Amino acid sequence: MTGPLLTVAGLTRLYGARVGCRDVSFELWPGEVMGIVGESGSGKTTLLNCLSARLEPSTGHVVYDTRDDGPIDIYAMSEPRRRLLMRTDWGIVHQNPRDGLRMGVSAGANVGERLMAVGARHYGEIRAQADEWLRKVEIEPERIDDLPLTFSGGMLQRLQIARNLVTHPRLVFMDEPTGGLDVSVQARLLDLLRRLVTDLGLAAIVVTHDLAVARLLAHRLMVMRRGEVVETGLTDQVLDDPHHPYTQLLVSSVLQP
Amino acid sequence: MIRVEALSKTYVLHTQGGIEIPVFADAEMSVDAGECVALHGPSGSGKSTLLRCLYGNCKPDGGAIRIRHGDDLVDIAAAAPRVVLDVRRRTLGYVSQFLRAIPRVPALDVVAEPLRALGLPVEAARARAGDLLARLRIPERLWTLAPATFSGGEQQRVNIARGFAANHPILLLDEPTASLDQKNREVVIELIAEAKAAGTALVGVFHDDEVREAVSTRIHLMQG
Ligand SMILES: Nc1ncnc2c1ncn2[C@@H]1O[C@H](COP(=O)(O)OP(=O)(O)OP(=O)(O)O)[C@@H](O)[C@H]1O
Ligand SMILES: Nc1ncnc2c1ncn2[C@@H]1O[C@H](COP(=O)(O)OP(=O)(O)OP(=O)(O)O)[C@@H](O)[C@H]1O
Ligand SMILES: [Mg+2]
Ligand SMILES: [Mg+2]
Repeated sequence: MTGPLLTVAGLTRLYGARVGCRDVSFELWPGEVMGIVGESGSGKTTLLNCLSARLEPSTGHVVYDTRDDGPIDIYAMSEPRRRLLMRTDWGIVHQNPRDGLRMGVSAGANVGERLMAVGARHYGEIRAQADEWLRKVEIEPERIDDLPLTFSGGMLQRLQIARNLVTHPRLVFMDEPTGGLDVSVQARLLDLLRRLVTDLGLAAIVVTHDLAVARLLAHRLMVMRRGEVVETGLTDQVLDDPHHPYTQLLVSSVLQP
Repeated sequence: MIRVEALSKTYVLHTQGGIEIPVFADAEMSVDAGECVALHGPSGSGKSTLLRCLYGNCKPDGGAIRIRHGDDLVDIAAAAPRVVLDVRRRTLGYVSQFLRAIPRVPALDVVAEPLRALGLPVEAARARAGDLLARLRIPERLWTLAPATFSGGEQQRVNIARGFAANHPILLLDEPTASLDQKNREVVIELIAEAKAAGTALVGVFHDDEVREAVSTRIHLMQG
């Protein structure tokens, strides 16, 4: 694999006259983790949704290097093909795990369902993999038949991660994956995410407003303000030697990111 | 191994009325394998800034930093993040003045991590990490604990062990002996001597005159 996994060029999304995000361009390479940071309303979620085929851009291109046919604009693909890509090659981790899980089926089924989407049919095999993934995300395997309704917030987030990673995606999109969790639960989840991303060599785009999360997870950062990218670079360089006035403000407003 | 050409750096503090702090302009330096160059100059003369630029942690305004990376020559000042990360993984080690502990990761794995990143199996990486921690007199009962609760000197020794673990061809050291006692300082002097003998190119800031004289092959003066 020699080229970028994702190539984004001149991506703009408007909501009527209001700017969601404007003129964003970058390349993401296999195994790279990019963090998107910026204040509330700066366009992080808008951008992430455009990148992950959930929100059509007003202008610009999002080109993904597909396994079989090489680089293709995701908005030029047929709808079924795009759906398949999202279910198999990609993972999408929502801030609220209830948006990414099926609350009415068991934990095991939440994980197994994704395997079936890529053609797994053997029940024993699916169950064994679900069991293995529950362990990986530190959920006791005896909870495999329980409904997610009975899980804590941290467990739900870990279950959502297992559901997303079981198909070995190449690219994972995460919107505030540790938002809404207690600090101690966050630390454990971060630790887990950091290990999984490294071990699996995943590429990921992580939206967060927490610079400490960005420092731990991301190789490189993109700083957004009012829909525009104001600074990019290696994570520790952007945080330790910020150049743009807005990045300096962001970094100086927190204790030791 | 390193060639710095016409390097300039000025910090601009936008949150404080745009104050400019010029650190250096048109700096030149070159470092060969087996050398240990000591950056020397008054406080605030830019020694740490230069080291951080060499590591890609600080972005210069102009000039180039050419680093021998395998068969390539990479300009750290202009390289893409993933290239800088690869240079750090295979070529460039750095011992910062303070350890930035990763939460929940035990000391042994903090030290083993650069070796794991090079693909060494976990057992071999931990064995080498253990050797270094033992040489730096970190009691074995601390190895399985995360360094966040360690004393300043213990954290610094973990940091040094991590920096030396992977035998990188280039090693940058920012006051590595600052918070160490005599015995541990001697260990660090030994480690530096061994690295030089193995052909490592070193650049360091050494506050302590005795240490600087013991390890450096050349002094690079920085004016304030
Ligand atoms: N569906 C929508 N219709 C109209 N405007 C929208 C819509 N979604 C977002 N916006 C606007 O677009 C801008 C960017 O919003 P976005 O949700 O991308 O921000 P964000 O960076 O994710 O913020 P937060 O950190 O609060 O989640 C905001 O001004 C927002 O009000
Ligand atoms: N991140 C930063 N932002 C703004 N100014 C900085 C930053 N880091 C260093 N400086 C300034 O740049 C100048 C050089 O600092 P540097 O830390 O490189 O000096 P030094 O030679 O290592 O000093 P010391 O011997 O005290 O460690 C100083 O005036 C310092 O205040
Ligand atoms: Mg958002
Ligand atoms: Mg210094």
